[in-house]
Amino acid sequence: MNGRLSRPALVAVSLGAALMLAPLVWTLLLSLKSNEELMQSSGTAFRAPWTLQNYAAILGNSQVLHWLANSLIVSLGTTAGVLILCSLAGYGFARLDFPMRRPLFVLVLLGLAIPEQAVILPRHQLFAELGLHNSYPGLILPGLVAPFGVFFMTQYFRSIPVDLDEAAMLDGASRWRIFWKILMPLTIPAQSALAVFTFLGSWNDYWWPLISATRSERFTLTVGLASSQMNYAQTSGLGYLMAQAVFASVPILIVYLIFQKQIVRAMSGAAVR
Amino acid sequence: MRAGKRFDGLAFVAPFVLLYLFLLIYPLLRGILISFRREDLFGGGHFVGLANYAELFGDPVFWQAVTNTLIVALLIVPPLTIIALLLALALNRATRGAAIFRGLFFSSSVLSVTIVTLIWRFVLAPDSGLVGEGLKAVGHEPLPFLSDAHLVLPALAMTTIWWSLGLPMMLFLAGLQQIPADMYEAAALDRASRWTTLWRITLPALRRTVLLVVMLQTAAQLQLFGQSQLLTAGGPGGASRTIVFFIYETAFVRWQLGYAAAGAETLFLMILMVTLIQYWAINRDREEAR
Repeated sequence: MNGRLSRPALVAVSLGAALMLAPLVWTLLLSLKSNEELMQSSGTAFRAPWTLQNYAAILGNSQVLHWLANSLIVSLGTTAGVLILCSLAGYGFARLDFPMRRPLFVLVLLGLAIPEQAVILPRHQLFAELGLHNSYPGLILPGLVAPFGVFFMTQYFRSIPVDLDEAAMLDGASRWRIFWKILMPLTIPAQSALAVFTFLGSWNDYWWPLISATRSERFTLTVGLASSQMNYAQTSGLGYLMAQAVFASVPILIVYLIFQKQIVRAMSGAAVR
Repeated sequence: MRAGKRFDGLAFVAPFVLLYLFLLIYPLLRGILISFRREDLFGGGHFVGLANYAELFGDPVFWQAVTNTLIVALLIVPPLTIIALLLALALNRATRGAAIFRGLFFSSSVLSVTIVTLIWRFVLAPDSGLVGEGLKAVGHEPLPFLSDAHLVLPALAMTTIWWSLGLPMMLFLAGLQQIPADMYEAAALDRASRWTTLWRITLPALRRTVLLVVMLQTAAQLQLFGQSQLLTAGGPGGASRTIVFFIYETAFVRWQLGYAAAGAETLFLMILMVTLIQYWAINRDREEAR
């Protein structure tokens, strides 16, 4: 559909946009006020003077930076692992014939219907037995089990014409060479969508890191922020807390602005399956 | 072909499949087993048959959590679906302004639940929140959204709608893009009004997407956790305790793993039912369309 919005529709959409933005702007304003002033009234947030002292305090606080680093390690590790595992499996399921191929693929698809709730308690027990809690592998491994990623990559490999493999096969290329040198470069659009989707999911994950990373030096940013808001009464003040919220939002909003298309494509893909 | 080649494919899928079996299928089965045992987090315990389930279904705290979860899902899913649909209808055009609005309405979806609750805690807080300041400005008493048993679920619903509007809107937009243009051209030739076009062409064409959005959101909201844990700690008096929060408390605060697992399996069945209804309804719709 083309053309302009009717006037009432435009007013309604703008009002909706204002409601969407108001909490974000409010957070930003609070983060720019000194904690002493906010103690008197948070209404002062609408008036100058504003200050960057809360942000300076965050940058001087090694703990928050440490959580940020943990989040980066866990999210990048998960993303790399998912791309590798799902590409290998996707190629195998899409292109190669081997015993048990169909039943295994159906088994993986069944995973799409298994919610985290059905596995999180026994997984916690298992990781306790293996001594994996409060470690990076402990935070990364559960994220690698991504049946959607396998499904997504299998579909993508299937959409590439088989002639390409056959021509290479005639030239005497090995399976690995065909996979790595010929097909992988063609899957970059799918890889990037899956990468951004996985990164986002891992960065924002809360339930698993909450129960697995119980020591603050292994907190990810989500769990760290949760702990600071739970202990809000004892700590540092409203402005500082809101600066943490802004500080934690900025990296992910930048990722969103750069990769908007991939994020929307992968999230819609995961929903429709 | 060499005999060894038959197994090449297995080598490609093995790394994923082994991890999948070890970290998804095995815990799935083990979880069912734990729900029949009385057990704490670190092993030990003994088989008790259906005792956990019997206790669970007689536990008023669990029933309160189930009721809360169903209410909050009901407060979220219909408005969310309608607002997302209206936004998609308004923003389904190729102008730059529409693209900016779409980006804006989607932006909150990329935030984590901890950031969202941190923001909304101080939007809703009666003494220092944005809504409170607004009410004070018009001379109204601030409302205790997070500490009043009647206001707390609507407050969680509001927060969640704000957070999760983006994806349903994008799904509706994708659905709108798939409606063939000639259907609209035919309607225009028939001089159908915009209203008739909407009711006779657009909405019927979107019914599968509506179904998808409703079912996905229902399954997602049955698992609502972070908002309840972080904004209100399930309070006041359990008025905002959801099923997942119940499971979390039972397992990690009271250390009753078997009992928590029985709750988790019950929730799993509820979600599975929603998923099955979704597949069944969409397949039936496809067959009728044939």
